[in-house]
Amino acid sequence: MKVTDKDVAYVADLANLELTDEERAGMLRDLNSILEYVDRLNELDTSDVPPMAQVSDRYGVDESKQGSARFAYASREDILEGLRKSLPHDEALANAPDADEEFFEVPKVIER
Amino acid sequence: MDLKSLTIDTARSAVQKRETTALALVEAHYARIKQEDGQIGAFLTLSKERALEQADRIDRMAAEGKTLPVLGGVPVGIKDVMSTRGVRTTAGSKILEKYIPPYDCTAVTRMEAAGAVVLGKMNCDEFAMGSSNENSAYHPVRNPRDLSRVPGGSSGGSAAAVAADMAVVALGSDTGGSIRQPASFCGVVGLMPTYGRVSRYGLIAFASSLDHIGPLAKTVKDAAIVLRTIAGRDPMDSTSADVPVPDYVAELEKSVRGMKLGVAKEYFGEGLDGEVRQAVERAIDKLKGLGCEIVPVSLPHTPYAIPTYYVIATAEASANLARYDGVRYSYRARGAKTLSEMYRRSRDEGFGAEVKRRIILGTYALSAGYYDAYYLKAQKVRTLLTRDFDEAFRKVEAIVTPTSPTAAFRLGEKSTDPLAMYLADIYTVTADLAGIPGISVPCGETKEKLPIGLQILGKHFEESTILRVAHAYEQA
Repeated sequence: MKVTDKDVAYVADLANLELTDEERAGMLRDLNSILEYVDRLNELDTSDVPPMAQVSDRYGVDESKQGSARFAYASREDILEGLRKSLPHDEALANAPDADEEFFEVPKVIER
Repeated sequence: MDLKSLTIDTARSAVQKRETTALALVEAHYARIKQEDGQIGAFLTLSKERALEQADRIDRMAAEGKTLPVLGGVPVGIKDVMSTRGVRTTAGSKILEKYIPPYDCTAVTRMEAAGAVVLGKMNCDEFAMGSSNENSAYHPVRNPRDLSRVPGGSSGGSAAAVAADMAVVALGSDTGGSIRQPASFCGVVGLMPTYGRVSRYGLIAFASSLDHIGPLAKTVKDAAIVLRTIAGRDPMDSTSADVPVPDYVAELEKSVRGMKLGVAKEYFGEGLDGEVRQAVERAIDKLKGLGCEIVPVSLPHTPYAIPTYYVIATAEASANLARYDGVRYSYRARGAKTLSEMYRRSRDEGFGAEVKRRIILGTYALSAGYYDAYYLKAQKVRTLLTRDFDEAFRKVEAIVTPTSPTAAFRLGEKSTDPLAMYLADIYTVTADLAGIPGISVPCGETKEKLPIGLQILGKHFEESTILRVAHAYEQA
């Protein structure tokens, strides 16, 4: 067992999940079985292999440029209104589970 | 009305010639859905008002003698991970049960601009995470060929609807095989384009470096028409590629004679069902008969694709799903005393088991102390997997494989063992990781009459090539 119950609780906390005791036990079992399978990646020597984060970099990058200029394909000028107009206030609030006419409402954050 | 034989061209031309109306087509499909979908479960939401409005617009164009756009009057389904303005979009999750997007996904905008009539939103695994459609928070989808079996996933509703003639075509999304595998299970055509070929704007994110939108259709030609409609640069998605969109339909008719097709032994190993192997080998023989040259290629890192995928996809998912906080648009648990408790309980009650499993796995793989061992390692192996294809594509123009190691399995058969479920994607995930296009085309049936799929993989932006091979195979 690589992952312990404590690890699951810690990671759940990072992910803002609570998980019941039963869920935690199931997660512990599944995580260990999946990670054991994932460990086969260690059979490969990757010390000289660069990581690949994004497919677009293969065909978008301008190799003649340096630094961030290489990724010009993915950038644009900053414009005040963006590519589309901001949502009207009421539309932005329309899906909120709790809102008044001005703001999203959440449980109290700061105690006075 | 015979819905079975209806394709994009027959539907559009019947409306154009006033042999029928877009309205009649919509109504015939809604009647079919009413009759069939109670047992199949492919739709989550019907967008009747929107469909009738669009049908009316198309009918007026036809009445005025105007030339209809390519999808004029064609009834389509949209996987419920694509945002539709004013039409509920759930991603198959309870956490978005009441979510009404204020904007449209670019792919949907382009479909409608081309005249498509959106019938409704298709059921799928929650946040597109699954290979059987059993992870939908609403209800599973059943395979129209055999109701005791799964339709595949995660675009199970899209595949089942096309297979059961409840839509002429549908849009799906593919992150690890979610278009091609259900297409294979349901006996329809499913195309995953090159990463960046189709804008992801408005697609509810699962794993951003792996997510693709593409069509499910009855014929290869229909898939080509839809791809031409939705492909191309979109300023709203910086990863959408500024690469010209060819006329995929015109390219279909070019001969495949003399084309070099690769066959990789790594896709015919342990775990491949005997009947699927036979069907795929027969398909390869048929392609040989059409004048293709079959060339052995090697993709040696294939056995590492699934573990690589499950680290990268879950890591990206854990970040993407952090936005569901119960504040702006998602489900909120009631009665929480603090903000932190509200977040946790909303996410706990809103997400299903598989989604939580992947968030936990992804968060673990990104957490301090494990980042290098898991996430960085997987990104490096992703490079190796991509290099395998680069090497193979120096020798061949396309690679043919089975789409899935088995035909459709039974509901419940794999749902208790996540790892067994993940292995259903063993032949599809590598293309997502490398960003290359792939298509699944039906290539026969098992003794139990379950469809089998042939997968054709191509080079980046060479959808024309794989469509051409698929079309030649389908027509032969």
